[in-house]
Amino acid sequence: MTSQLRPAFFMLLIFTVITGVIYPLAVTGIAQVLFPSQSNGSLIIVDGKAVGSELIGQQFDDPKYFWGRPSAVGYNSTASSGSNYGPMNPALLDSVQTRIDALKSADPDNTLPIPVDLVTASGSGLDPHISIAAALYQVHRVASARGLSEAEVTSLVEKYTEGRQFGFLGEPRVNVLKLNLALDALK
Amino acid sequence: MNLYSWFQLIFYIVVLLLLAKPLGSFMAKVYQGERTFLDRVLVPVERFIYRLSGVKPDEDMNWKTYAVAVMLFNVFGLLLVYALQRLQAVLPLNPQGLGAVTPDSSWNTAVSFATNTNWQGYGGEVTMSYFSQMLGLTVQNFVSAATGMAVMIALIRGIVRHTAKGIGNFWVDLTRSTLYILLPLSIVVALALVSQGVVQTFSPYKTVALLQPTTDANGNVVTEQVLAVGPAASQIAIKQLGTNGGGFFNVNSAHPFENPTPFSNFIEMLSILVISGALCYTFGVMVGDTRQGWAILITMTIIMVAFLSLAVWAEQGGNPAFTAMGVDQVQTNINPGGNMEGKETRFGIANSALWATVTTSASNGSVNSMHDSFMPLGGLVPLFMMQLGEIIFGGVGSGLYGMLAFVIVAVFISGLMVGRTPEYLGKKIEAYEMKMASLMLLIPILLAKVGTAIAVIAPAGLATIWNTGGPHGFSEVLYAFSSAANNNGSAFAGLGANNPFYNTALGICMFFARYLLIVPALAIAGSLVQKKKVPAGSGTLPTHTPLFIAWLIGVIMIVGALSFIPALALGPIVEHLMVFK
Repeated sequence: MTSQLRPAFFMLLIFTVITGVIYPLAVTGIAQVLFPSQSNGSLIIVDGKAVGSELIGQQFDDPKYFWGRPSAVGYNSTASSGSNYGPMNPALLDSVQTRIDALKSADPDNTLPIPVDLVTASGSGLDPHISIAAALYQVHRVASARGLSEAEVTSLVEKYTEGRQFGFLGEPRVNVLKLNLALDALK
Repeated sequence: MNLYSWFQLIFYIVVLLLLAKPLGSFMAKVYQGERTFLDRVLVPVERFIYRLSGVKPDEDMNWKTYAVAVMLFNVFGLLLVYALQRLQAVLPLNPQGLGAVTPDSSWNTAVSFATNTNWQGYGGEVTMSYFSQMLGLTVQNFVSAATGMAVMIALIRGIVRHTAKGIGNFWVDLTRSTLYILLPLSIVVALALVSQGVVQTFSPYKTVALLQPTTDANGNVVTEQVLAVGPAASQIAIKQLGTNGGGFFNVNSAHPFENPTPFSNFIEMLSILVISGALCYTFGVMVGDTRQGWAILITMTIIMVAFLSLAVWAEQGGNPAFTAMGVDQVQTNINPGGNMEGKETRFGIANSALWATVTTSASNGSVNSMHDSFMPLGGLVPLFMMQLGEIIFGGVGSGLYGMLAFVIVAVFISGLMVGRTPEYLGKKIEAYEMKMASLMLLIPILLAKVGTAIAVIAPAGLATIWNTGGPHGFSEVLYAFSSAANNNGSAFAGLGANNPFYNTALGICMFFARYLLIVPALAIAGSLVQKKKVPAGSGTLPTHTPLFIAWLIGVIMIVGALSFIPALALGPIVEHLMVFK
């Protein structure tokens, strides 16, 4: 038994150095050179100022902006979380109803069915995307709030739609922050 | 389910199976000490490691020495992780100035990472300094995985060698697993993930301006967003490859910085199962009959696909309560449809249900959606996959040695039925092996059920069930103990588990679930290695045929069902009946 003490101690020490220090440092070094933007958070820079990350959603509830997925943490990126409500939890059903009411009161004439991703909290609380259906649902509201035609807004939605990756992976989706930045840039 | 959903699921399984042979034969070379293309770089490193730590690589260990080496190494690792967390406030690489982690949380996390469970009672971005993440958690991600692989290889040697004593050298198996397999794969996967947008930096958290200022819960105006970053990609690569599952951030692989795109999602899911799948082929090569490896791999795949289908169907069906409110849950080309609560838009239903099944088949436990918010039958799938004992692919190494325990039981029962002495791959299976294999089956079941029973009686266990109303709270507790008792690490995260009661109880479960299985696995190796090789006769049950595969599936399902259907009936099954009444 005691003959295994020395290897146990030194093996742990050596692998702490190799896998805990050298490995992450090497990956960081290579990543910073090859993928400087991605490795630092894919920040969106406008006029030299970081206005967000294209991967992290922001909270929107102004009618003139597209709204993102509901977030259980108010898009607090230092406390990522979903709601973790079970499917029968009254709090879940209340939240969904409140979101439906908010969407309807902001756009009373809208008769489109409400897509499910627009009233359910995302897993991370930071989801940067909504489905195409969720974006199209909001076109009427955004267009009237900004005095734009629905065609103009729809064409912007199409511009910021990301298809399935490589044509088949994942779901087609719209990046909410990028779309809203583009709306503000229209003027 | 549209064609895209089907195609993505099938594509995943095909790629996984295609990789089994090339990676499996490479790993067989590594463990049998044959030449590989990495030798030029790694042989000198390997020699240096042995010299520094005083290891004689040619020394063969008997099973007891092997077990002592495993335990010493793991206990030292556990102590180191505990110490790093308690001392992180005074250690470097702590740009956010995070304080010491509490003693119960530190114990839980130390056990959790040493045992390859990676249950996370804590939220990464508000608890762990970069130093703790790297030197504590990343290191254990590697070596706990390598420990599982080493034990697996020792068991294979027990089957292959005959009339011998030694089952290999733990230090060599540990070193070669880490250097030749885990490290190179991790570097490739980490860089692929960064290319997709996973962060890898030592800078402090970033602050960006909000486009639309909002108000927080206290009514204060918020104009900025703080983005938690860190050296995440390097840790995520090994968290998946080593079936660890501990996230860099609180929401794990649902977080856009851990899993930004559908392709990063695919890489991560593939990484979860690729080594466990390929180890089946390695097993086949080492026992001299690759059909034996394929038979096990096919068994695993069939069970996984069956449960995957259930999960996808349940989630795509959506929540009837939402439909009643007029919400559109029908899947179209522009609407993911289904139960999107707790799921990310980029992954949709198919990739969330696939991930949930994959991560609980393996003892991985990372998540890309919140299992707690799944529909009752959708949540039953990950729960039951864990309760089967993490043998459907399972943890790297641990999945296969757990599966071999089931194979021994299956062979034994069939032997009893035809009145012949049971044998497996030329070794007689006798009372001793059967006792040890039974222990490996029963210990996790016992831990999961007794743990749940205590928690739902004890006031401290009941106090932090937030999802009251209906049977969901019970499912959460059952899920927590099933996860800990099978070293998975995923959670129905609505349960408040970061408190002294759950940290301690789940820590105990994780510890015993890991080491009380490793010791019998090594004991079986030690017993088999001494036996003579019996040539296959007319009464020998072939263990590579479709008949045996069907038999093995039957044994696994019967053991799992008998153990857990009553508990499941009180949780997800009754909940399903209530939701769809």
